[in-house]
Amino acid sequence: MSAVAGSTAAPGAAGQMDFLQVSNLKMYFPVTEGILIQRKVAEVKAVDDISFAMHKGETLGLVGESGCGKTTTGRCILQLEKVTSGQILYDGKDVSKLNKADLSQYRQKVQVIFQDPFSSLNPRMKIGEILAEPMRVHGIIPDARKRDERVMELLNICGLSTRFADRYPHEMSGGQRQRVGIARALSVNPEFIVCDEAVSALDVSIQAQVINLLEDLRDEFGLTYLFISHDLSVVRHICHRVAVMYLGNMVELASCDELFDNPIHPYTRALLDAVPIPDPTVEAARQHKIVTGEIPSPMNPPPGCVFHPRCELAVDSCKQAAPEFREIKPGHWVACTEV
Amino acid sequence: MTELLKIQGLKTQFFTSAGTVKAVDGVTYDVEEGETVAVVGESGCGKSVTALSIMRLVAEPAGRVVDGNIMFQGTDLLQLPEEEMRKVRGNNIAMVFQEPMTSLNPVLSIGLQLTETVQQHLGVDDATARARAVELLGLVGMSDAERRLDQYPHHLSGGMRQRVMIAMALSCEPKLIIADEPTTALDVTIQAQILELMKNLTRDLGVAMIIITHNLGVVARYADRVNVMYAGKIIESGTAEDIYHNPKHPYTLALLKSVPRLDQPRGAKLDPVDGQPPDLARLDEGCSFRPRCRYADAKCGMSFPPTEHVDGIHYSACFKKDELDSPMKEAS
Ligand SMILES: Nc1ncnc2c1ncn2[C@@H]1O[C@H](COP(=O)(O)OP(=O)(O)OP(=O)(O)O)[C@@H](O)[C@H]1O
Ligand SMILES: Nc1ncnc2c1ncn2[C@@H]1O[C@H](COP(=O)(O)OP(=O)(O)OP(=O)(O)O)[C@@H](O)[C@H]1O
Ligand code: SF4
Ligand SMILES: [Mg+2]
Ligand SMILES: [Mg+2]
Repeated sequence: MSAVAGSTAAPGAAGQMDFLQVSNLKMYFPVTEGILIQRKVAEVKAVDDISFAMHKGETLGLVGESGCGKTTTGRCILQLEKVTSGQILYDGKDVSKLNKADLSQYRQKVQVIFQDPFSSLNPRMKIGEILAEPMRVHGIIPDARKRDERVMELLNICGLSTRFADRYPHEMSGGQRQRVGIARALSVNPEFIVCDEAVSALDVSIQAQVINLLEDLRDEFGLTYLFISHDLSVVRHICHRVAVMYLGNMVELASCDELFDNPIHPYTRALLDAVPIPDPTVEAARQHKIVTGEIPSPMNPPPGCVFHPRCELAVDSCKQAAPEFREIKPGHWVACTEV
Repeated sequence: MTELLKIQGLKTQFFTSAGTVKAVDGVTYDVEEGETVAVVGESGCGKSVTALSIMRLVAEPAGRVVDGNIMFQGTDLLQLPEEEMRKVRGNNIAMVFQEPMTSLNPVLSIGLQLTETVQQHLGVDDATARARAVELLGLVGMSDAERRLDQYPHHLSGGMRQRVMIAMALSCEPKLIIADEPTTALDVTIQAQILELMKNLTRDLGVAMIIITHNLGVVARYADRVNVMYAGKIIESGTAEDIYHNPKHPYTLALLKSVPRLDQPRGAKLDPVDGQPPDLARLDEGCSFRPRCRYADAKCGMSFPPTEHVDGIHYSACFKKDELDSPMKEAS
């Protein structure tokens, strides 16, 4: 499992360096017991040896069910976790080995938008201050007056009235707060944004507004997104490529249309089958093959292929050896021996 | 089919410092025996308060049903003494909520909670109740039912807790189950398992279901009939086909254009509803969708549009219902 998946060089740009390259990333969390003396009694394999690469301007979707390791992957990229092993290269540099100045620059270029806009905004700060703060910290616009102008500009870009600069987060709706979260991420001129369930908590009409905003910003500023979501319909709409995770493993990776039109891994197929489509005629014609069983604990993952206890195609060898993540067609990667 | 539930002109309001919140403002709909009826709409439009009103569980004194009637098998639930209503809740109508953890008692074993409801309903001895509990857990697809009886809610995953809740709902052999976002907190494969289970149970046992959700896909897959709710009112209703293929209200149309679809390649941008949902304490006499509506004109501000017949069981409350665009998205 060492191949760096997804190195799909853009046409005419063969050999172009990957913008972000994640190789054999592992993030194990210790599970401890004891009050005075903490003993490690087990490990949660939140991310267990995943590899992928991204190009500048690309949106990669990271999907999978609760607890499969999506957020942890994002946090590792953001340098919010000390990884157990593996390497993350950003613009060719190992992000775990950056010196202080480079790290501060990295923290400016790589931003995050969270699911819950409320808990990520300081309730005692006005929206204007929330947006100006990162620019001040990173010394992007030292002049306070110019900073205020930029705040107004950011509010405009994100479709918020400039009146909001003087309001507090609790005076805004969920959709408005999510726009503030986006504006704050944009305030420091990032290149790369981890969108972690950025639209998941929003109602459909507001969600559509925010999705359109994210797309416009991507086009306008050439942003690269790691788009983490459990909503596959949203992912199909916004992403260029999609990676599917299950219990800390990456099980499939392909271009968006390829993944949704020709899913290969049995888990991806089950996942897509489970998503209802808002059209009764389509639904009536669909075969619903519903995967049985529950997701095992990442503290005690099944041996061999982690999906084997729920898999229809599983054979004896699946219980022993973890399948290799292999390129089954150009650009389409799958971790399953039986397909 | 025979009519099981008939809600007419239901109005439920909350009296707050910010004014009177018209959470449910004249809701009328029917449920026939064995039928699955969906109520869809965005957060805060009054779906849960409608359900709580049917069960007479609206938190008083802040909230109160101020008008309407709720006929269940010919009796108006709103007129029943509390004692009688408790019997209805125990024997005829059951409710399944979004977050099963908050509706299960964390300090009692699954077995105790299940046998208690079984005994309340059937008045049988312990051994019989236990046997029935095991049977119910089997019915909702829980493996190892005997052992589960001795477990506590925190031992179970979200999906399993929801199965227990459904087993408890079934224990009273209800005629109607009201499921308020029963799968919203669950993963999609588990959601599919639970919804399929509920669909099969309602079909096999002839139980009617009101499913409350904001997920248009869930509605398309499971509902016989759909009520679209906006700002405390049902603004369109009909069969799933009516609603999805021939919407006659601008809000329904806009909702359908806002959702990305799993079966459609990336292409055209989404076409969201502009603006924000209204404040239910500050509604005027005109159409409540007016500020966000592309079709609105002066008439829409004068009075609320009456609910009019389209065809079959399809109804819409919009002055412009015959002038709307087609819901089909142009493929690009
Ligand atoms: N700091 C931590 N300590 C221990 N375990 C952790 C920690 N952070 C995450 N985990 C565990 O790692 C696994 C992966 O978690 P993660 O948050 O990455 O999942 P996710 O895919 O983002 O799920 P969700 O869709 O629910 O957000 C989970 O089992 C989680 O409980
Ligand atoms: N106890 C209460 N006091 C005051 N207002 C309330 C109370 N409970 C509900 N409301 C208001 O009544 C309206 C309808 O609420 P309801 O819970 O029915 O919405 P919903 O459609 O179920 O939304 P969601 O999809 O978010 O669950 C909302 O505007 C809400 O703010
Ligand atoms: S009545 Fe008027 S404002 Fe209301 S939905 Fe119809 S066209 Fe729009
Ligand atoms: Mg997460
Ligand atoms: Mg609700």
